[in-house]
Amino acid sequence: MVKSLKFLALVISLIVFSCGERDKKEESSYGKKEPLKTEKKEPASKRIELSNKGVGPITSVDLGLVVDQDMATHGKEIYGKMCTACHKADKKFIGPSPTGILKRRSPEWVMNMILNPEGMTKEDPLAKDLLMEFNGAPMANQGLTKEDARAVLEYFRTLK
Amino acid sequence: MKTILKSTVALLTILVAFSSCNNSEKSGSKSGALAGNVAEKVYVAPGEYDSHYAFLSGGYSGNITVYGLPSGRMFKEIPVFSQFPTSGYGYSEETKPMLNTSHGFIPWGDSHHPDISQTNGEIDGRFIFINENNTPRIAKIDLKTFETTEIIEVPNSAGNHSSSFVTENTEYVVAGTRFSVPIPQRDMPIKDYKGNFKGALSFISVAPETGNMAIKFQVLMPGFNYDLSHPGRGKSHGWFFFTTYNTEEASTLLEVNASQNDKDFIAAINWKKIEAYVNNGGGTMMPANYAHNLYDEDTHTATSTMKKEVRVVNPSEVPGAVYFLPTPKSPHGCDVDPTGEYIVGNGKLSANLTVHSFTKMLDAIEKEKFAGEAYGIPILNFEDVLAGSVEQPGLGPLHTEFDGKGNAYTTFFISSEVVKWKLGTWEVIDRKPTYYSVGHLTIPGGNSGKPQGKYMFAMNKITKDRYLPTGPEMEHSAQLYDISGDKMELLLDFPTHGEPHYAAAMRADLIMERSQKIYSLEENKHPYAAKSDADTKVVRKGNEVHIYMTTIRSHFSPDNIEGIKVGDKVYFHVTNLEQDFDVPHGFAVLGQNNSELLVMPGQTKSSVWEPTKVGVWPFYCTDFCSALHQEMQGYIRVSAANADTPLKWSMGEDIE
Repeated sequence: MVKSLKFLALVISLIVFSCGERDKKEESSYGKKEPLKTEKKEPASKRIELSNKGVGPITSVDLGLVVDQDMATHGKEIYGKMCTACHKADKKFIGPSPTGILKRRSPEWVMNMILNPEGMTKEDPLAKDLLMEFNGAPMANQGLTKEDARAVLEYFRTLK
Repeated sequence: MKTILKSTVALLTILVAFSSCNNSEKSGSKSGALAGNVAEKVYVAPGEYDSHYAFLSGGYSGNITVYGLPSGRMFKEIPVFSQFPTSGYGYSEETKPMLNTSHGFIPWGDSHHPDISQTNGEIDGRFIFINENNTPRIAKIDLKTFETTEIIEVPNSAGNHSSSFVTENTEYVVAGTRFSVPIPQRDMPIKDYKGNFKGALSFISVAPETGNMAIKFQVLMPGFNYDLSHPGRGKSHGWFFFTTYNTEEASTLLEVNASQNDKDFIAAINWKKIEAYVNNGGGTMMPANYAHNLYDEDTHTATSTMKKEVRVVNPSEVPGAVYFLPTPKSPHGCDVDPTGEYIVGNGKLSANLTVHSFTKMLDAIEKEKFAGEAYGIPILNFEDVLAGSVEQPGLGPLHTEFDGKGNAYTTFFISSEVVKWKLGTWEVIDRKPTYYSVGHLTIPGGNSGKPQGKYMFAMNKITKDRYLPTGPEMEHSAQLYDISGDKMELLLDFPTHGEPHYAAAMRADLIMERSQKIYSLEENKHPYAAKSDADTKVVRKGNEVHIYMTTIRSHFSPDNIEGIKVGDKVYFHVTNLEQDFDVPHGFAVLGQNNSELLVMPGQTKSSVWEPTKVGVWPFYCTDFCSALHQEMQGYIRVSAANADTPLKWSMGEDIE
């Protein structure tokens, strides 16, 4: 009987103590709340990172001075088959529109995003941010060959 | 005070338990799980792979389950003869034809004996064949995809049990009938069985490249029961051996009436001889009606064709092709050792195991030493063909496998044990209990010239107290043994699904390297595939509506559909646009009265839905596919039969 009484006392004291703590905290922060930061960070999709090559198999891409039309035609075909479920040339859809992408991204980054989307969204800070911006919709790895991905990139050059 | 006493007693008990444990180990009786290193032998660390695949028949589940050895972990259930709502097999429009038979659509089967294809007497890991016992059929599973790709019905057969075993180069997969029946089937008194019923043994050819099956010929044997079979190999390649029982030809109370004869037979069939006869135009084409169901991997669609005749051969037409080897008593298993010399007949009701010699058989045939004949088929003398017998090894022998090191392992159903014995000397080397009432056993590489004798597992019929109770119905139990030493060592006990009659197992490497990861969207030739967003559409043909739909993480296209009416037959043709390993999407619509679809990357599957109620009904992805899986949904609007709601579909914008 004595034991259980002691225990009860301990429990009660604990409750009281923790209540006191909480009160103190609220008291100390009262009236000192900082105003919420309102300055908006630029969305990842608008950021310009032309020197970021991303993470993946592509380390350098030579873009010709003029668009290789045959390659671009092939790229358009691949894009139509493999990408249009999520990307539209004329608007933001499940993922961003590829129009004008090379004004914001390096060609290497674009190809790595196509060829290594899992690795990119894990290791590339920009790709990570994009994943969040696009509601966590993952970029699907559609198993393109390097040649096909290069052709898709060439097609992107024709989108104005 | 009382508590002190109690705890002292408890402590003592524990001490006693531990010390007795030590004693037993010291005395060398390494009894299975008590041996210290057993756990290590079956432990496959997280992320690591098992060394062997095991393919267990599901018996009355109609399917095959895939396990890893030595861990005993189940990886997959492959639907074969039964509808499988998990994937939509047998429910989807593409796979319904797989279950077509001459008796119509049959949603269920009783799968028995899987056997892996072979090249030069070694298992090659390309295909697994398995028999359906009840409505006789043989199925082929392609181990590239682990999918059932072909099923052929076996006419004139009934109780397709002495099946489905392959010859040394997979020339044939052989299917023998357990029950004899009138051939052709006709209306006749059952009591007139004797002399009138026949047993058909079917030799189904397997095309070397595609694996496609065709019944080359059927041997019409006397009206016995043909229980199990195995091919000759090595020196006996070209022969096939079948155990028989009910040579009494009883049609009622077989448990008594089929146990009268002191000896039944092993039928030895020289299939090469019959094949040559048939290739020269021998045999008779008889009218028949049986289904041949073939799954096309390009169109992802099965077709069922009814075959209208089958070639039959009467043994008397081909002298020297069929012989009977007397074998005591109601033999069950019929197993041929890796060299092809020994044919083991496990007489269920016999005290001894009988082993015949192929060499002695040939010798007796050559010298024409016959004891008599049955329906024109010569019977050899028991003593002339006997290689030896294992004396009183146990009770109720069923099946024998070999380790490739000169040893045989036989299961004993009644005495619940596996007995290891030596070929040639017939001495018993070891015996280990099983839990309980073992049927088949499997050694990886079992039915081949080169068994991979490291493990053996026993598949038991009775489970009782092996696991936590699960009510009156329990899964069966299997036990895995290490057979690399002189004595068998019990390693593991694992539950199995359905009733595994037999299993085929092999080293993992050959299968692993061929295993397919996705279906190529490029090569998808399904007539209703939507291979990109541009192909999605909804087409009405009378009251049939075809929806060409795509899935990719994480949306359907289209996901809003209107203009469907009560009374329509709506076909959802779902193509999964993903091209990445292990990204399936599922499809289900409210009120779907067949099953969901589980669509692999690059694959197209179709489900038919016949809405009965006006309303707006949701459909959704059943397989958690991404962080936005819960968003992967759509609506289909069903209007009254006489409504004029226009047919519309969309994704990403509102209709109207």
